[in-house]
This record gives sequence, structure tokens and C-alpha cells, in this order.
Amino acid sequence: MALDKSEVKDIAHLARIAIDEDKIPEYASSLSSILDLVEQLQSADTDNIEPMAHPLDATQRLREDAVTESNHREEYQSIAPATEDGLYLVPKVID
Amino acid sequence: MSWETVIGLEIHVQLATQSKIFSGSAIKFGAEPNTQASLVDLGMPGVLPVLNEDAIKKAITFGTAIDAKINQKSVFARKNYFYPDLPKGYQISQLDLPIVDKGHLDITLEDGSVKRIGVTRAHLEEDAGKSLHEDYHGMTGIDLNRAGTPLLEIVSEPDMRSAEEAIAYVKTIHSLVQYLDISDGNMAEGSMRCDINISMRPKGQEEYGTRTETKNVNSFRFIEKVIRGEVIRQIDELEAGNKIHQETRLYDSVKDETRPMRSKEEANDYRYFPDPNLLPVITTDEYIQTIRESLPELPGQKIERFQKEYELKEYDARVLAASKAVANYFETVVTTSGAKAKLAANWVTSELLGALNKAGTDIQHSPVSAEHLGELLQRITDNTISGKIAKTVFEAMWNGEGSADDIIEAKDLKQETDSGAIEALVDEVIANNPAQVEQFLAADENKRKKLVGFFVGQIMKASKGKANPQQVNQLLTQKLK
Amino acid sequence: MHNKTLVELSQQLSSGALSSVELTQHYLDRIRQLDPQLNSFISITDELALGQAKAADERRAAGSAGPLTGIPIAHKDIFCTKGYRTSAGSKMLDNFISPYDATVVEKLNTAGTITLGKTNMDEFAMGSSNETSFYGAVKNPWNTDYVPGGSSGGSAACVAARLAPAATGTDTGGSIRQPASLCGITGLKPTYGSISRWGMIAFASSLDQAGPMTQTAEDAALLMNAMAGFDCKDSTSLNREAPNYTGELNNSLEGLRIGLPKEFFKEGLDAGVQQVIETAIKEIEGLGASVKEISLTTTELAVPAYYVIAPAEASSNLSRFDGVRYGYRCDNPTDLEDLYKRSRSEGFGEEVKRRILIGAYVLSAGFYDAYYVKAQKTRRLIKNDFDRAFTEVDVIMGPTAPSAGFALGEKADDPVSMYLSDIYTIAVNLAGLPAMSVPAGFTAGLPVGLQMIGRHFSEPRLLNIAHQFQQATDWHKQTPEAFTK
Repeated sequence: MALDKSEVKDIAHLARIAIDEDKIPEYASSLSSILDLVEQLQSADTDNIEPMAHPLDATQRLREDAVTESNHREEYQSIAPATEDGLYLVPKVID
Repeated sequence: MSWETVIGLEIHVQLATQSKIFSGSAIKFGAEPNTQASLVDLGMPGVLPVLNEDAIKKAITFGTAIDAKINQKSVFARKNYFYPDLPKGYQISQLDLPIVDKGHLDITLEDGSVKRIGVTRAHLEEDAGKSLHEDYHGMTGIDLNRAGTPLLEIVSEPDMRSAEEAIAYVKTIHSLVQYLDISDGNMAEGSMRCDINISMRPKGQEEYGTRTETKNVNSFRFIEKVIRGEVIRQIDELEAGNKIHQETRLYDSVKDETRPMRSKEEANDYRYFPDPNLLPVITTDEYIQTIRESLPELPGQKIERFQKEYELKEYDARVLAASKAVANYFETVVTTSGAKAKLAANWVTSELLGALNKAGTDIQHSPVSAEHLGELLQRITDNTISGKIAKTVFEAMWNGEGSADDIIEAKDLKQETDSGAIEALVDEVIANNPAQVEQFLAADENKRKKLVGFFVGQIMKASKGKANPQQVNQLLTQKLK
Repeated sequence: MHNKTLVELSQQLSSGALSSVELTQHYLDRIRQLDPQLNSFISITDELALGQAKAADERRAAGSAGPLTGIPIAHKDIFCTKGYRTSAGSKMLDNFISPYDATVVEKLNTAGTITLGKTNMDEFAMGSSNETSFYGAVKNPWNTDYVPGGSSGGSAACVAARLAPAATGTDTGGSIRQPASLCGITGLKPTYGSISRWGMIAFASSLDQAGPMTQTAEDAALLMNAMAGFDCKDSTSLNREAPNYTGELNNSLEGLRIGLPKEFFKEGLDAGVQQVIETAIKEIEGLGASVKEISLTTTELAVPAYYVIAPAEASSNLSRFDGVRYGYRCDNPTDLEDLYKRSRSEGFGEEVKRRILIGAYVLSAGFYDAYYVKAQKTRRLIKNDFDRAFTEVDVIMGPTAPSAGFALGEKADDPVSMYLSDIYTIAVNLAGLPAMSVPAGFTAGLPVGLQMIGRHFSEPRLLNIAHQFQQATDWHKQTPEAFTK
């Protein structure tokens, strides 16, 4: 399975990762070789096999509906890149 | 060409739990920004979600109320996309195996006809935070208090054919979730938000047209406006020979128009996959049965009961039961007043709802409580005041001048029932109007009925409206012979 | 004193022969003096350590000390430590001062251990050589031209060089066992769900599991008693009573049935490694065990399945690093898109970006079924394969890694050959099983680890086998002379 340049660009956009134009061929080649490795999966006979999402057959435990958290805004925002009036700041959002 | 409108709705209902769906943060509306955002809500490195039991319970409650199939194995998945109000870069939602599967809901239209609307599914998910667009030096502020609030997304079949049907459907859901006590249904605070899917097709055609989705519409009025506007826009496009683009649109309530959403222009690839931090939710038959058995009385059942128990007309029963709060108010008035239910129904539907509507507020914020209105009606029933005076008293109560009894006392509005005093007034009016007496005595039965009104009016005026009208009538009939 | 095990140090502290402050200072001095040659630490937390040591000595004086009170250890820099940088080996989190403690850290703090520092690791635990760290490669103390393995390479190297008596690690596809093997120490990856993942920076959530990295199996058991247990903050935490991990150490191996998967001894396995493993297994046979060849037919499917599932989960887990609430943010972003793209491409290293892209690709529309669903079905085949094997045998043994290590830079430009170095360890994570790597000998001067894989929840038995093996051998006592003489 070989990825072409435009596919690499599309995935990079989906993952919000900037890739320099001149590095795209390198990515295309290393990603393609990983996909070749992954391609071996197609040899497995998985008819009638249930997908396995978790290593153990456990079920979700439920939490009692209770407020257990308190305000730690100052502390949590002390490690934020940009805040003002208790808000996290980002470049202007256009809906 | 004649067009048919096809509407499907996705309604996001905020569930009225104490804490968030995957963390122990409070979800109080209006808190200072980011003061209800915990490590989990902020998507800090290394944090993990744990599911709130009450969110599951409320979702199943809704499912049982719409006769839906409950998926006893339900799975949470990640919906991946980047947005600053989405701290983890994915939203925990459900794709395959939503908690609530197919169900249905009956809506009543204005002509009294009933239509069944299919519900495709209802799934649980976490809400996102809010972007505040006030200008912070050209930046946008992000408040994550709302991030992680439990939402039930109720997806309808494309079964609605007009704005009226869509509004009736939303109102039915709005009323139902309040009846079930699973949401406060406060639309102004965003507790219920609609995504409206609209498409047009030539009448008679089976195949659906291309649809648009207008996101986050949060009032009945706006829903109506969006649908009417979008229907016209789409018909104009189609009749001009243009194609409808499948797109997401936003409603601008100031300009009263929808426009394509710029940020979602690209087709999103959400890369859903089961959230490895959460295991399948398994619910037992017993658990579902317990919820089913503890369902409260639902709107339809209440309307029937009101007609039977209180002998109300269907229309009145429907108005009263449309909202759980109004229905509860009405029943409290009946019990506190001991008055005839019909009287209570009239007062609630016309006086109270009229005043609330005029003041632009709702019953939860009524200045006159059900108990106080009940006391007022009690005074009508026990003849302390007349129905007409009661309206004056109600107005004073509305203005916060005190309880019915306080106002009656303070304004001296008590009905005069002392027969001696009334007789004196009757005698005085007869004595002062000899010409009218003569006219009355000369008239036949029919005319007399009209003429007696003059005397009643004079007597009521002299008593400042307080004389008991029955007693006045009785005395006049005796004396004018 | 640095050649002593946890158990021996615990006895010394308990007898009063040594104070925790003395012990802690000794290790801190060693780290300052020797770590520049290894680069096994990202942060050295002297102040925290000495404060904790003083408190531990006071606790001991008050008569309320436990077996781990006052014992210095190192934490892999993937575990959040409140008030201290937790970087996950990434530029992305170089400025991240954690506002909270991981459950593992909290539990060990409660048991009284001392945090010497945070150990180096492959960036976000993605790597098998510790060369992907933003803080530079870690060197193998047995030969500083060689890699220590990864991703818990810093933890393995510092324990091997006796810069810390023990360390914590995490294992997603072999990240405890492979570096333990390459550095000649003991490492345990427990059953998935045994140790809480709360506060452990996620790589692939359905595979990640923390565990101890120590000199001996007995030390690992001691740490497990403190680290394992149910945590209500982790939905995947096992809701069952944790066993007593030291309880079965001295049981006999009489009657133990060992399975050797023929697929683990095929071409690709270094001859020197093979010889060490065969000798070690003979040794265990001599302790009363029986050996039989088995087949794990899905062995070759494990790496491909893993390189779908792990990157898929990782691509989503790493989306939170967006430059908004914490961590690296690019300079002067022109708009939102620019903020995301530049923060992420400048903050993440090459291997991490590669895996994020692979993950996004296999989950994207049109490929989800062919890759992700297929991999999840294959995952079940792998688990079924193990289940079948465990009806015949009690433990599966083989090499931890196909070679005794490789030189720095040797595989850095060839991701696929790097991925294949985890061929014997990856299936264990997919199936959620417990497994250990135990020092079993040397080839060409480099240590070789014996891997032992058990049924779910069989850690006490694995620790028992490893302990008995270590009673009969002294490979685990060998130390790299350059650092320990």
C-alpha cells in the first residue's frame, strides 16, 4: 500500500500537523512501508470473529452522580500559554 | 412545481444531573468561567473518564417513555475533531449501539389530529465548552465549564412535513423531558438545542432531496423562522435550476437568516472508534424494568385524567397538561382552594397564563404562587368576594401587595352580606328613582328583566361593588311588586 | 550500598543501620556523578527527595514504617508528579508542571518511597531504543554505544547502573520488558487493569500498563504490593482484590508446565540470544518444571495488528496537545489552524508524528473496516491463541527480544525494523496478559532477558518462577562495572 503526496497532505491536515513540502516524500515513503507491514493482516482469517476492543471482558462501572470537584482555576491556568479573565485565549474563532 | 418539505430533527437535551457525565464537576449554569472545569474536563494529560450512573438512568427513562428499544449493551465512541471548545480533540459520544434505539412519539397538531413521529435513536454524549467572541485583543476566550455536561441527543426520522409539525414535535419532547424530570428544559440557558435537517422534494416523489443542517437553534420561535426561511431559500434555488449543497448552516437571529458555517466547510472525517478508556455499558432487564415501573404520569395520561377526574374539556386539559409545571400549579390551586376544578382551570388558563404571557415570563417565575391563587379562589367560593372583585385582588397580588386575605382586608373589598344593610341600600335606590320604578311596574316580564339591571347597577355602585349580587337580586324582586 | 536490592535496603533502614536521608543522598550523588554518561534522567528532584526522605525517617522513628518507607526510586517521566515537570520525553510537555499525581505515584508516596527523579523515555513511549526522546538518547550502561531499549530506557538504564534501586515503567508493546532485557534487569508488565492508568500519560489506552523495573523478582513483588489495586478513577481498573504478590515467591516449581512457542525460536532470533534462553530454560527444568513445544500461530500477526491499534488510539489520545490549555504553543499563531498545526508539528518529534498520521489514516473514512476492525478481530485471534496454549501449559517462555541490543543510530532511520524488535512482546499487550523479563545471561557482553508469559492474573506465579530462577542463578546480580565498581 503506497501513499501518495496528496494523501499524506490530507491526513496531515486531519491530524493538524504541518509538514514541510520537501519532507512529504520522506513521510510518504516511511508511512507506506509501515502500511506494507500492516498489510500482512489481510492474511488472517477473521470470518465470524468478533472485534476485540479491550483485553479483558469487563463491563463499565458506573459512578454515583455527585459533585466531587471544586474550583482550581488559578492552579490549572498557571500552566496555560495564554489566559485572561479566567478564559483560555486562542486566535479568533470563526464559526 | 409543488414541493414537499421534509424535516428531521436532532435535539440535544442537557440532562439535569448533579455532576458531569465523565467527571465530578458541577454543572451549575452561570458560574464564573472555568471554575467548573476539572482535570478531566480540561483534558489534562493522563486523566480518565468514569461514567455517571444518573446519565444512563435518565437516558433509559427517556427511552422507556417513547417505547424505544433499550440497547442492553451500549458503547461509547470517540468523535475526533479539533476545536478549541473541545479540550481532548475528541468528543465522547455514541455511534454503534446507542443507549436508546428505535422508538416513537405522538404529536398533536392544532386541528386536533395526531401524528406519529419516529425516533431513530437517542445517544449519550458530552457537551463542548463555549467560545466567547468578545474581543480579547483579537483573540477568542474559551470557557470549559460546559464541557462534559451530559447530553442526550434525540434523533428523529425525517417524518415531519411542515414547520408546524416540527414545532409540535419539539414542544412534545420539551414537555416530555420535563415530565420525566430528566432535564430542566430551559431553552434560554441552552438546555435544549436543535439541529434542523431540511430538504425539499417534488410532491409525490419518494426519494429525498439534498438536505441542509442548521445547527444549534435554541427557541421555538427560531425553529419556526429557520424552517420557513430555509424552505423558501431551497425552493428558490431549486426553481432557479440550482442544486442544494449538503452543508451545515448557522442561524443568525439578529439578521433572521441562515448562512453556511465557514469552519465546517470541509467534509469532516470524524474517525469514530470505540473509546478504549470506557468499557461496554451493560444494563439488565431488571434495571430497565425498575425504571419503566417508576415512570411518572406522562402528558397523554395526564390529559385523560384531567378530563375524567376534573370534568374538564379536552382543550383545557391539554392546555394545562402541556407543561408539567402548569399542570402541577393547577392541581395545587384545586387542592388549596377547594374550589370547583372548572373555576381553577379558568383562572389558570386565562388569568394566570394571560398575565405570564403579557409579562413575558414563565410559571416557574410567577409572582403569584399556586397556594396564593388557591386562597383567592377560596374567597370566591365562600362568597367573601365576587369573581369580579377577585380580578382586582389578583392584580394586586401580581403586584406583590400581599396575600388575597391581606388585600381584601386592606382595600376593604369584602362582599356585603348583611341583609339589613343591603335592604337599606335597596330601599334607598328604589326611593331615589321613582320614574324608573314606575316604568318597571308598567313593563312586561321580558322588559322587566332588562330594567332590573339598572337597579342592581345603582345598588352595586352605592356599595362600591361589595354587595352580594344574589342577595341584591332577591331583595329587588321582593320589593318591586 | 548501591548494589543492594530493595529488600536488603529495607532491612538496613529497618535495623537503623542506615537512614533514608543518607541513602537518598547517596543515590542523588551517584546520579549527579554518573548520569551525564547515560542521560537516564530528565529531571532530578533533589529537594522533593530529601524532603520525603526526612519525612520517611520521622515516620520510621514514630514506628509506622512499612517495607518501602524511605526507599528511593525513580519514576518514568510518563507518570504525573504534582508540582514537577512531567514531559513524557516530549518538547510538547517540556513546560508542563503537573497539577496532580498519578495514582501510581500517589500509592508509592503513601507507601513511603522517595522520588529521586523522572527518567528518560522515548517520546510519548513511542520507541524501542530511547532515541526518540526530546531530551536525547539514553545509553546502555553495559556498552554506552548501544541503546538501552525503550520506551522505558531511562528507568532500565538507571536501575542497571544502580543509580536507583528500582524504577517505575510502562509497557504498551514491550516498553518495560525489552529495555529490562537489554539492560539486564527484572521487569514486570502486569495483567491489563492491575495498576491504575490515572495520571499515566496515555499512548495506547487499551494496551498501556505500568509495572516495576527492579534488580530482582522479589523487589518487583514488593513494589507490586504498593502499586497494584483497584482505582475508581480508572474505568478499566480491575475491580478485584489485589493478590499478595510476595505470597508465592518461595513455592516450589515442581510440576510447572512450560511452553516454548516454536514461532519464538525461528529465523530472526540471534543465535547468542537463543543459546542463553535455552540454557536458562534447562536451569528451570532442573528446578522441577517440564518443557514442551507449543505453537502460537498468530505470532506474526501481532506486530501488524499492533501497528494499527496502537497508532489509532495514540492519534486520538494525542489530539489534546493543541497549545491551548497547557504545553507547547508555537510563537505568534496567525490563526487557529496555524496554532494547531505549528504547535503540534514543532512540539512533536518525527516518530510521534509518524504514528499520529498512521493512526489518523487507519481510522479515516473508507479504511476503518479494512484496518481497524480487521486488527481488532486479529487481536481476538491472538488472545484465543494464548487461551488455547494455556490449557496445555502454565507459563510460556522465550526470548524477550530477538537480539541483545543494537547500536545507537543503527535502526533510527528504519521504523519497520525497529518495530520488529518488539515481535515477542507485543502479542502480550494485545491479549492483556502479564509477562516478565528476567536476566538470563550474556551474549557479546550484553545482557539477555528471558521472557515469561502467564495467564491473566498469574503475576504471583510468574514472580515465583522468576524468584526461584534467581535463587539458582546470579545473572541478576551482574552489574556494568563502569558504573558500579
